[in-house]
Amino acid sequence: MIVLGVALLAGCTLIGVYLGDLLGVLLGVKANVGGVGIAMILLIAARLWLSRRGRLTKGVQFGVEFWAGMYIPIVVAMAAQQNVVAAMSGGPIVLIAATGSLVLCFGAVALLSRIGRQDPGSAAVEHGGSVIEGDAEPVAVGRPAASLAGKE
Amino acid sequence: MDHTIWHGIEHVFVEQSLVAAFAVIGALILVSNYAAKHLTNGRVHGSAIAIVLGLVLAYVGGLHTGGKKGLADIPALAGIGLMGGAMLRDFAIVATAFEVDVVEARRAGLLGVLALALGTILPFIVGTLTAVAFGYHDAVSITTIGAGAITYIVGPVTGAAIGADSTVMALSIATGVTKAVMVMVGTPLVARLIGLDNPRSAMAYGGLMGTVSGVAGGLAATDPKLVPYGALTATFHTGIGCLVGPSILFLAVRALVG
Repeated sequence: MIVLGVALLAGCTLIGVYLGDLLGVLLGVKANVGGVGIAMILLIAARLWLSRRGRLTKGVQFGVEFWAGMYIPIVVAMAAQQNVVAAMSGGPIVLIAATGSLVLCFGAVALLSRIGRQDPGSAAVEHGGSVIEGDAEPVAVGRPAASLAGKE
Repeated sequence: MDHTIWHGIEHVFVEQSLVAAFAVIGALILVSNYAAKHLTNGRVHGSAIAIVLGLVLAYVGGLHTGGKKGLADIPALAGIGLMGGAMLRDFAIVATAFEVDVVEARRAGLLGVLALALGTILPFIVGTLTAVAFGYHDAVSITTIGAGAITYIVGPVTGAAIGADSTVMALSIATGVTKAVMVMVGTPLVARLIGLDNPRSAMAYGGLMGTVSGVAGGLAATDPKLVPYGALTATFHTGIGCLVGPSILFLAVRALVG
């Protein structure tokens, strides 16, 4: 059932954010520490557990992947509500601090991504990309669900 | 007559705010994809155009309303605030983890930790040096502006903890917001140059850039398959920044400037 996938996603998010808040309190920080990251790890673990038991049905998968496919539209909506006026009128100190750290960090990415061997990239990664892009073909896992065909 | 029709439409948009946001954002993406395909010949990713368009509209909306939330401050488009707000953003980010290749993620784990450390320290140093260059001499202001260069959440959290005044706080937040916007726009432009084309480098990128909104936008505009890997490290960044900002980093600055 689709709702079970959505509920699984919601459950992982709630538990992750709760643990992130808890971690923040333990560390004495007024912020959530890695809550979303913890939620992501929980969801990955849940997927592995379900697929090992053969219970990763088409519906559950669709319930989660729908939201992964909504990622880009949500990010566009996020962009449309940034305080761009404040960013544009910050003056030289803001511009220099932001540009400087950006250039330095891009440089560090270039350096770090050259450490170790180059990855050839896997089929799983490519498939993930098309799901998040919002136009993946459904893959055949679990029971066939004719009612879902074409709904993506 | 025209007036009544317009009011009717506005009424529907206000009442159905989230549904209206889905329609508006969908239309924006449709236009962007069309532009990407026909105007740039597919060289620029449709989502990159959509994100830049979103930022431009946020600017226009901000000028029009004088508010802080871009388009979302226009009553008929308030649903964009919910759709793009932290709740649904985090929900969708978690969902992308479903597509993570565990082997790839585990292989880059240590690299992600290193990136997180660098991604906190490097912007902080740049921010503090800029603050000093512009005539700030007290440890509290220098630390707060430096923390703003980490992310726009770390800045005010740190500033509030160590008692910075409100103009410095505003400067700190503006630095973080500017960085986030620049990450969104800049990432697709430099992606090839910095080797951002595989899960490993995406995890390094997430840890280094930090700002969740910047990383979320930057990777969506570059290559959707990299999103979950970058997000995985980026979501730890703000928490770590809030942890070390008012403590270790503040103490270090105070030891240096007295």
